Amino acid sequence: MTTTTQTTSTTTEATGRRVPPMGGLNATLLKLEVRRLLRNRRTLIFAVIMPVAFFFLFGTGQSYSNEDAGHGNVAAFIMISMALYGAMLSTTSAGAMVSVERNQGWSRQLRLTPLTSAAYITVKVIVAMLLGAVSVAVTYGAGAVGGAHADALVWVETGLAVWFGSLVFAAFGVFMGYLLPSENVMQILGPVLALFAFLGGLFVPLDQLGHVFQEVAKVTPMYGLNQLVHAPLTGDAPGWGAVVNVAVWLAIFVGGAVWRFGRDTARV
Amino acid sequence: MSSTQTVRRPSGGAAVHTVTAIELMGLTKSFGNVHAVRGIDLTVAPGEVVALLGPNGAGKTTTIDLLLGLARPDAGEVRVHGLDPTTAVRQGLISAVMQTGGLLKDLTVKETLQLTASLFAGTRPVDEVLTRAGISDIGDRRVGKCSGGQQQRLRFAMALLPDPELLILDEPTTGMDVTGRRDFWNAIHEDAARGRTVVFATHYLEEADAYADRIVLVSHGKVVADGTASEVKSLVSGRTIRATLSDADPVVVQQLRDMDTAESVELRGDTLLVTSTDSDAVARHLLTTTDARDLEITTRGLEDAFISLTSDGAES
Repeated sequence: MTTTTQTTSTTTEATGRRVPPMGGLNATLLKLEVRRLLRNRRTLIFAVIMPVAFFFLFGTGQSYSNEDAGHGNVAAFIMISMALYGAMLSTTSAGAMVSVERNQGWSRQLRLTPLTSAAYITVKVIVAMLLGAVSVAVTYGAGAVGGAHADALVWVETGLAVWFGSLVFAAFGVFMGYLLPSENVMQILGPVLALFAFLGGLFVPLDQLGHVFQEVAKVTPMYGLNQLVHAPLTGDAPGWGAVVNVAVWLAIFVGGAVWRFGRDTARV
Repeated sequence: MSSTQTVRRPSGGAAVHTVTAIELMGLTKSFGNVHAVRGIDLTVAPGEVVALLGPNGAGKTTTIDLLLGLARPDAGEVRVHGLDPTTAVRQGLISAVMQTGGLLKDLTVKETLQLTASLFAGTRPVDEVLTRAGISDIGDRRVGKCSGGQQQRLRFAMALLPDPELLILDEPTTGMDVTGRRDFWNAIHEDAARGRTVVFATHYLEEADAYADRIVLVSHGKVVADGTASEVKSLVSGRTIRATLSDADPVVVQQLRDMDTAESVELRGDTLLVTSTDSDAVARHLLTTTDARDLEITTRGLEDAFISLTSDGAES
């Protein structure tokens, strides 16, 4: 036997072999996952081009752009909306990468490694949130050069709120990634996210819509988050309805992800 | 310091090198009404190269999934070096080259190996496995642009990373051309020569014959034969005796049929064909009591064994 040299290394395992810490989570894995994401041209479009383009389209050079919006101007208000839209697209598409990986048999391959399921999901969420942060930063950069004005603290508070709030959609992405077996999952999710954004009031203020629309909009996933992230700018305290909306949708998406994920990894 | 001798070795450590590589005990697995595995018992010793041979749908892939912990048996037990499969996988004791999939198209060959290596507590260097799998020249190529054979070598390189005691290959050469197949097997063979235990599933008889020390023939979810290639061949009742017999007397044919060891007796024109487990007795009889000439005795091939053992008693 040529294997005796290995058994002299110290562990408590009878075989002398070790298991990695943190379920296999490591910096190389994160680095390569980010690299994969950046190679995807669609990612760049979702995370950077769309929110920035929409900001310049709707937020600048309009008659209302420099009107007062509380602790800043309307351009800043629209910048926040577009950052939230970009972060939503980014985190959802990054989370939904699990769909592609299941499709290509990569999830199954990973089960032949020490990587635990919890570590895998953690990586997906971290990568999604990193991309979300890029999206927010770029959109805020566009805002800074494009005429958005607000108190310094408002920039920080709303930026963090948008980024942190997009966790809801990272969970949504992972959930959909497990639910939808399609390799082109974002082709389905793109229109769905646009609808969420519309009903959440990101593109058009909800009070310009009909009564029925307004009532329906209140129970959609972007409604509460949109109110929360703008609160530092407008100075209006968001209602409890907004908080409940965010909490419930977060619970639904996380619960759904856990449920589908459990089904997927259960050894049949 | 005289009392330290026994302390360093973990409990049970002495048994590590004598333990079996694989132990499958009474394994069964069904998918709905399909009984994929119907009671498989198998023990593989360290260092053996075993072919799991059987027709499509025989239960080979299911057996491998059970062995790797990708599926859970309905009944029975799987032990890999004395451990449950999941623990063995986590420790890098066992690795596998799967049939298809399991690769990310948007990574390069080298990145795939770096990623896989990062997941284990300790691995062989990436450059070393690239060389051993014969793909060091395509390290920077995107996986999606690699040919089927190159992807299979990449899977092999990934499997080598944890330096496993036990390597499992599930129909590894499906879809490869003849050259690719031969190159792949040469790489595997070189590796097995270093003492690694190798178990491969195949439905290619020649692969089992050429590369395995031991053939486990699986049919309808059961092991129907287990031994060296020649042992498995011999299970199919011996040999074929062929002779020329002019103006054959029906009595001669009847005499041959009456012999206990004769399995079939056939007369085609002047040519007599007898299959028998005791070819010597048939030959002696033909040469001493009849006019038979041009006598030929041939061993039936592995292919005959395969067909005979995997089709008979299919529903039992």
